[in-house]
Amino acid sequence: MNALAAVGRFTLEKLVVLGQLARFFGMLVTRLGIVVKRPRLVIQQVHFIGNYSLLIILVSGLFVGFVLGLQGYYTLNRYGSEEALGLLVALSLVRELGPVVTALLFAGRAGTSLTAEIGLMKAGEQLSAMEVMAVDPIRRVLVPRFLGGIIAMPILAAVFSMMGILGGWFVGVILIGIDTGAFWSQMQNGVDVFNDVLNGVIKSVVFGVAVTLIALFEGWHCRPTPEGVSRATTRTVVAGSLVVLGLDFVLTAIMFSH
Amino acid sequence: MSNQKVDVWVGLFVMLGIVALLFLALRAGNLSSFSLADTYAVQARFDNIGGLKVRAPVKSAGVVVGRVADIRFDDQTYKAVVTVNLERNFEFPADTSASILTSGLLGEQFIGLDAGGEDRMLVAGDDITLTQSAIILEQLISQFLYGSAEREGAVD
Repeated sequence: MNALAAVGRFTLEKLVVLGQLARFFGMLVTRLGIVVKRPRLVIQQVHFIGNYSLLIILVSGLFVGFVLGLQGYYTLNRYGSEEALGLLVALSLVRELGPVVTALLFAGRAGTSLTAEIGLMKAGEQLSAMEVMAVDPIRRVLVPRFLGGIIAMPILAAVFSMMGILGGWFVGVILIGIDTGAFWSQMQNGVDVFNDVLNGVIKSVVFGVAVTLIALFEGWHCRPTPEGVSRATTRTVVAGSLVVLGLDFVLTAIMFSH
Repeated sequence: MSNQKVDVWVGLFVMLGIVALLFLALRAGNLSSFSLADTYAVQARFDNIGGLKVRAPVKSAGVVVGRVADIRFDDQTYKAVVTVNLERNFEFPADTSASILTSGLLGEQFIGLDAGGEDRMLVAGDDITLTQSAIILEQLISQFLYGSAEREGAVD
């Protein structure tokens, strides 16, 4: 009987969190108006979330491209179709790896810092102080970060895909010696702007919303103690990554199943 | 950091994003092959289109002159009806023939147009009547096998 009660409590707790998350999302969306009044707040957050994540995205994109080039060549070479390497690299990056890996890195690089920042603001009672001064902390603190994340994420994903393709080109054409014309023309024949590139961008926007929302939510609802903040930061990475992978499966099934 | 500096860096960041998207669309994707030239649509009926896809190129003498716009199945004649958008600045005689070809042994399929000799030109809505279906590799192999079997039978 105790076990049954535990299962029930677990389910209820998760349901409550889901409801809180939905309400939190609603609170953010209804306060989006501040962007028009104070766009500088969002610009600062794009700078903090986007520019500072750029280096890790550039480097990881390049190396993912290198590995895709080497690994793709190894497989394609068996079928004598190594010219298709460009197509393989571009399609896997634009459709899947670009948005997903960027979102995972984004959760680790930017999501954690958002959670920790807001958690510490809560622990230091800065958020309460704002409320006392009649400043809405959701509008002033959360919404600019939310939008900054949503703007930065697709840009980072596009940069990641571009670096990956350049990395694949470097390995395939410069190191291995595939014909550069065949590399690019096969890619252009196979990659559709709307089906592949645009769907990849849509994916990265969705991931940006999901990861930023989870990061802010965890920070906002963490226990205001050092331990609470550290737990919330961990949860941001775990929940963010799992949600990204789950959403990716759903989006891929919707977008590319026909 | 002063506000203006932040603005510059964010501006650069957004610029980089736009450059990356343009790179993906133009260099990796097929946006540059979207032709803005005016087109006119003609139809062709094939017994079998093989693996022809919408947006496949239409070539004449190896040069792209249009794209496949639509592929339907006609249940009256049991044929595939392929609508082709040809660029306005290319005109073809009315007895032009269309065949489905493959680039390379296993490459993508496209429609090849061979110009005829008639004076009247194809206009929008016309049908291309002379068509040749896609070559299906399996049929080719089975024909070859049957043919060689029959020849061996004749020798005996």
